Amino acid sequence: MANRAQIQTNNSALIAMIADEDTIVGLLMAGVGNVDLRRKTNYLIVDSKMILLMLLSFAYEKCSLCFLETTVKQIEDAFKEFSTREDIAIVLISQYVANMIRFLVDSYNKPVPAILEIPSKDHPYDPTQDSVLSRVKYLFSAESVASGRR
Amino acid sequence: MREYWCLVAEKIMILLKMSGQGQRLNVVPTVTVLGVVKARLVGATRGHALLKKKSDALTVQFRQILKKIVSTKESMGDTMKASSFALTEAKYVAGENIKHTILENVQTATLKVRSRQENVAGVKLPKFNYFHEGETKNDLTGLARGGQQVQACRAAYVKAIEVLVELASLQTSFMTLDAAIKTTNRRVNALENVVKPRLENTITYIKGELDELEREDFFRLKKIQGFKKREIERQLASARQFAEEQVAEKVSLQKDYYRLD
Repeated sequence: MANRAQIQTNNSALIAMIADEDTIVGLLMAGVGNVDLRRKTNYLIVDSKMILLMLLSFAYEKCSLCFLETTVKQIEDAFKEFSTREDIAIVLISQYVANMIRFLVDSYNKPVPAILEIPSKDHPYDPTQDSVLSRVKYLFSAESVASGRR
Repeated sequence: MREYWCLVAEKIMILLKMSGQGQRLNVVPTVTVLGVVKARLVGATRGHALLKKKSDALTVQFRQILKKIVSTKESMGDTMKASSFALTEAKYVAGENIKHTILENVQTATLKVRSRQENVAGVKLPKFNYFHEGETKNDLTGLARGGQQVQACRAAYVKAIEVLVELASLQTSFMTLDAAIKTTNRRVNALENVVKPRLENTITYIKGELDELEREDFFRLKKIQGFKKREIERQLASARQFAEEQVAEKVSLQKDYYRLD
């Protein structure tokens, strides 16, 4: 079968994260953080500096595009790297970060690693934006999925 | 490999159907071929029934997973909220600087994920489990102050990870099952709407041709029989005539003989 992806059973895999600083700190506290020999981390902090840059780039539209690109590009690159690395089984991504790279998240359709959108502290979780839940909604007359929204 | 050929056959059949000549197979109408096609029809029917069962089993599983996903997503919100509060508490008590300590202390992951496969009606679904490996480095974090809060925060986040890992495996199963159900349904439909009608048409075609041949044979035999009958009658008639002529000749000879006397 060509379209059936192989699911490998490796005995230990990592959890990768792309989120805001607080969420990352909490998850690191639980002990999921990993730094390999090349000082590569399995997490990306989308911190206030990045957000500030993005806001700036919206404010000053002239010299802004490069700022915007660097920040979103960083997230994109991290997402691509995490979703292709062999030793990662789950990628946790904050929903507002996922919204920045929505096209990538929506076009991702491999079973492993699993992409999971999580709520962050500053941004409440909106089930209608979740790429998986929106698919669930099609198949399931779930009143509880989006609780009547949309 | 068989599945692959099924797919190829299915595609070819769809193409043929589109071009409007896929109503029956192109075969020689003989008894042997009829047997072969009948056997194929039996196979197709059985395969259809089996695939239908598989599709039903997958759908049942799929619905269960959907329900679980929805409820777990909801509980994830609560868990994440609780762990965020725990972090805020820890920060308040132990000071804002604790995050630097934690960020600096990252070395190797102590909480990892193990994946294994689960088999549902021939579809392999991944399941994730998390497990602890080695010592936690953060044991001494917050030793000066707020140690209790830090530990509580850690426990809260471990709990969050537990929910997240469960959700991740549900989500992966959801996607895998979705794809599997689609393929199975496509196969069921192909068998039901393309393969089986074609085989049935072929069988009726072959039966019709065989009947036609039989009628032709019967007619031919009748014809030959009639021909032979007529031939025999003709011969009989000529023989009778010959005999009569002979008798007549004999009689006339005898007449002549008596006259000579």
